[in-house]
Amino acid sequence: MIPELGHFALMLALGLALIQGVMPIVGTRSNDPVLMSIAAPAALAQFAFVAMAFTALAVSYVTSDFSVLNVYENSNTQMPLIYRLTSIWGNHEGSMMLWVSILTFFGALVAAFGTNLPTVLKANALAVQAWVAAAFELFILLTSNPFIRIPNAPFEGQDLNPILQDPGLAFHPPMLYLGYVGFSIAFSFAIAALIEGRIDAAWARWVRPWVLGAWMCLTLGIAGGSYWAYYELGWGGFWFWDPVENASLMPWLAGTALLHSAVVMEKRGALKVWTILLAILTFSLSLIGTFLVRSGVLTSVHAFAVDPRRGIFILGILVIFIGGALALFAWRAPLLKQGGLFAPISREGALVFNNLFLTTACATVLVGTLYPLALEALTGAKISVGPPFFDLTFGPLFIPLMLVMPFGPLMGWKRGDLYGAAQRLFAAAILAALAAVAAFALERGGPVLAPLGVGVAIFVMAGAVTDIAERTLVLRIPFRAALQRALGLPRSAWGTAFAHFGIGVTLMGIVGVTAWGSERLAEIKPGASLDIAHYRVTFDGTFNRAGSNYRDVVGRFTIHRLNGELIGNMQPSRRAFPDRNMATTEAALMSRGVNQLYISIGDPNKDGSVPVRLYFKPYVLMIWLGAGIMFLGGALSLSDRRLRVGAPRPAKSRARAMPQPAE
Amino acid sequence: MTRKQRRLTLIGGGLAVLAVAVALMLNAFRDSIVFFNSPTDVVEKHVEPGTHIRLGGLVKDGSLVRGNNLNVRFDITDGKTQIPVTYTGVLPDLFREGQGVVAEGMLGGGGVFDADTILAKHDETYMPKEVADALKKSGHWKDDYAQRAAMPIGGGSK
Repeated sequence: MIPELGHFALMLALGLALIQGVMPIVGTRSNDPVLMSIAAPAALAQFAFVAMAFTALAVSYVTSDFSVLNVYENSNTQMPLIYRLTSIWGNHEGSMMLWVSILTFFGALVAAFGTNLPTVLKANALAVQAWVAAAFELFILLTSNPFIRIPNAPFEGQDLNPILQDPGLAFHPPMLYLGYVGFSIAFSFAIAALIEGRIDAAWARWVRPWVLGAWMCLTLGIAGGSYWAYYELGWGGFWFWDPVENASLMPWLAGTALLHSAVVMEKRGALKVWTILLAILTFSLSLIGTFLVRSGVLTSVHAFAVDPRRGIFILGILVIFIGGALALFAWRAPLLKQGGLFAPISREGALVFNNLFLTTACATVLVGTLYPLALEALTGAKISVGPPFFDLTFGPLFIPLMLVMPFGPLMGWKRGDLYGAAQRLFAAAILAALAAVAAFALERGGPVLAPLGVGVAIFVMAGAVTDIAERTLVLRIPFRAALQRALGLPRSAWGTAFAHFGIGVTLMGIVGVTAWGSERLAEIKPGASLDIAHYRVTFDGTFNRAGSNYRDVVGRFTIHRLNGELIGNMQPSRRAFPDRNMATTEAALMSRGVNQLYISIGDPNKDGSVPVRLYFKPYVLMIWLGAGIMFLGGALSLSDRRLRVGAPRPAKSRARAMPQPAE
Repeated sequence: MTRKQRRLTLIGGGLAVLAVAVALMLNAFRDSIVFFNSPTDVVEKHVEPGTHIRLGGLVKDGSLVRGNNLNVRFDITDGKTQIPVTYTGVLPDLFREGQGVVAEGMLGGGGVFDADTILAKHDETYMPKEVADALKKSGHWKDDYAQRAAMPIGGGSK
């Protein structure tokens, strides 16, 4: 009964989406306020029904209703409750349900809280949001229905893919989806602005919180996925340039660019057309990401067994939405008025520089991801584009971006003072140079470029600190007065500084672990030990341990410093899942500050020895720590009064922000 | 500067960055692309020893030999041709005889493929697409695989 209710609720949601997609547009065309006002309640009702469908699926999972095919295939009564819940999105059908739930949830938020939006913009934006929702609801109903029943219900279900039974997977996909789908709001507003043929600086103020929120979730989602791959796949890599990872990185890059161009648009009324285009592209990349993951067109370490019909359906959605949006853009964008002027050396100039490099870097990732597909379609040759490609293209494009980043916030709007900014960054540059020299002197080995990377990372971090120091005048005026100024700074200024600092921290982690990480691979007998970095790892032996739906063969290792001091022990294991006849590697990690020791083992041999992989990962935790700091920066910026209130600002500050008459 | 000049500066800058990016990509494509081959391809196309390639097929039943110090040796077959592979390291969780595998590395002098990476896959029912195509080409595709591949076992959402 409950699955049928869910199925029916989803159909009703589709019906509502169609109404929400058509009526308000008709209303804006014929200037009929009644038709326009349908949008908001329709969005709320649509969300209510999608939520009902999602709940129905969740109930089927929690109660282990194996008469539902989707539950039978992905869940099992032996699994802990938390994994029964996360298996909802550990499979294709369920994850599409999650996608649509988040999409309609955001639509409902706009409907409920967008009370100060202009009526026409709101009606159009909700209508566009409904088209996207309708397309995906239709997709679920026609090709990926999670509510299909099996005639004779089995007593026990299969299992969730063991590699996905992990706390990291509990929050990673929802965060990614919040990010992907959050950009749909920017997309809808952009299309709405194009339909209306009108856009102003206020548009950017309405859209920016959504972009910021989506960006924050995507940042955490990517970082979470990276950490999950790091400890779960058992070979200690944090980023593989895998197509599915690229699929999440591309919207992040475009979204970061959008975040910055929206600032220019909001403050200065410039870059309007570009911002609209970026909003379209960012969500398009999210859709492409969904397509790449869901259609199985690409081989990746994330294997998906898929039905080709789904791929074609999503490709159709892709072509219609991206093609349609870009066509609309080409047709209507010339109507949008150009905004304020600025000199190349200015805050705007720096932000344009940021956009240029971010979008170009994003384009190289896109080319690297899609080139194998294109080549196979054209010549039949099968190739793979691996990490070296991305290291050689993405890296060189990111370095200038990093170097210019600290200058941006120190430049004035309209016309900046490059010399002045350089003077103020002098201390940061000295610090960076010292760090590079220190890295060169202290860390032996590693690539020659590594100390330079450390220098760049320190420059970025010190640059963010300089920005705050300059704003608060700390060290120049009495501390108390500086503190007053610090408290008075807009939260968005703190947000910028934190986010930029976070980038520096992540960069430091990447450089450190790539350059100075070490690895040992050996077969080790009980009692024997291996030295790595300044640690001695002794293998004590293995023992067995039973879990809820798995059995572990645990290796016990004792860790000493080379000088003999005992540090602790680590217990990596091989985890066998009898239901699936499958095993996973459960690595053991030990954090020492921001460094980690990492041990994973293979199946024990008959003589009691085990194959072991031992890694020393210096600075590795900074990669994810930096992402956390970026998230915090986003949160600070999001809490800025200007965005939270969203109301038109008082005339005085408005006049100050936009000194130029409208052109 | 006039508005036009500013715009030209902007466009010029944009094109310059784009040109650099294209140059970087072309350069990277020259050095870092790895071609996928089935064992039959390797023989027919006379792949030169020392070329970095991906070799994909099935791990031949009964061919896996574990040596000392994590050395393993096994054969990759597409039903028609088989190529011996050596690898040093811990095999991925889903490596099994009779199942699909992709090895990356280069052909040594004696016709033995020296793998530096064995690709890990997430799902035991998954057949790498290249391997499936290679098997179909050599006529050794069994419906059993198709059935398994078509089973709607989802991967994760990562």
